[in-house]
Amino acid sequence: MIRVVHYINQFYGGIGGEEKADVKPEIREGVVGPGMALKAALGNEADIIATVICGDSYFNENMEEASAAILEMVKKYNPDLFIAGPAFNAGRYGVACGSICKAVKEKFNIPVVTGMYIENPGVDMFKKDVHIVETANAATGMRQAIPAIAKLAMKLAKNESIGAPQEEGYIPRGVRKNVFKSERGSKRAVDMLVAKLKGEKFETEYPMPDFDRVAPNPPILDIKKAKIALVTSGGIVPKGNPDRIESSSASKYGKYDLTGVNDLTAETYETAHGGYDPTYANIDADRVLPVDVLRDLEKEGVIGELHRYYYATVGNGTSVANAKKFAATFAQELVKDGVQAVILTST
Amino acid sequence: MVKEIERVGIPVVHICTVVPISLTVGANRIVPAIAIPHPLGNPAMSKEDEKALRRSIVLKALKALETEIHGQTVFEK
Repeated sequence: MIRVVHYINQFYGGIGGEEKADVKPEIREGVVGPGMALKAALGNEADIIATVICGDSYFNENMEEASAAILEMVKKYNPDLFIAGPAFNAGRYGVACGSICKAVKEKFNIPVVTGMYIENPGVDMFKKDVHIVETANAATGMRQAIPAIAKLAMKLAKNESIGAPQEEGYIPRGVRKNVFKSERGSKRAVDMLVAKLKGEKFETEYPMPDFDRVAPNPPILDIKKAKIALVTSGGIVPKGNPDRIESSSASKYGKYDLTGVNDLTAETYETAHGGYDPTYANIDADRVLPVDVLRDLEKEGVIGELHRYYYATVGNGTSVANAKKFAATFAQELVKDGVQAVILTST
Repeated sequence: MVKEIERVGIPVVHICTVVPISLTVGANRIVPAIAIPHPLGNPAMSKEDEKALRRSIVLKALKALETEIHGQTVFEK
């Protein structure tokens, strides 16, 4: 019997939503939540003997302590296989799944598998270290994700040979494997070129890695004269959320006038973000968007000026394409308005 | 978003709690924050202490904006 330990977050563990995202890890015997379907998909040769549950915020804010505690818990059950998630597009959950899988693999040298949506930040962080099955972006994709994860996990547990990412459904790990092809490379390359010239579809045999990096700009020479703008992905909006920015998968951003605003209060500002416990930001939004402090620094002459407008969106399952588009648009306005530096806050 | 702002030539500092995510996303100037639901605050503190804490993080962010860097840099606590 293949002994499996499963990792899930506080939500799937039935402990609670964002208000419980700070719970410390615990381990329970047997299956919990999605473990039920996973157990069924794994078949008769494997059994989920225990489930680790940990709050997403706790894990991300205390990665080292959380990992160490979980490794201790997992050790007692002596598993042959470790499965985490799936996390879909939940960022903190994905980071937790990837990082605990990596830790378990390194510590116990057993196969590990998790599942995520391609844009989950956990993918870029851990795709080289662990097998991540590509899933839909939301839990509605659970029915497809579970069998795919189970299948790959069983293959790994039985030490069977693992095929290419497309065949097995995992996200490419950047591993190159030698294979025999019936046609030589030069012919394949010319065929591809011809297809490309004709505007036909072709598949490269060696996709170039996507290094989308922007070099740092030179520093501000005289911060005392600088006009500084605030931007946040933490969803801080005027009370009532006038632009109706979505609590997740935001399709827009807001631009808000700070003229005469010296302090964000519970009566005037709130968060529209649905991916963290809003209690603290709703009581005092300065905890996410530090307008009060910047006004003080402006008065004291530490900075030149706080820009009249701030920009906000909700960074919760929001697609990279949207976030890029929002920022590309408002960055032009920042340039036009003579903003010299930006402080961007994220939750 | 940090990259798009940096791309137009404006230096940007990212104040965030989960630094590894910021590094993955490609922020260049990173200042670690307190906690996910209150990156620039701590509800357990008195109002005055909390504001002083927030001020210290913002000052660190300003310092980061004034610092010449040659690659991704985390301005530690």
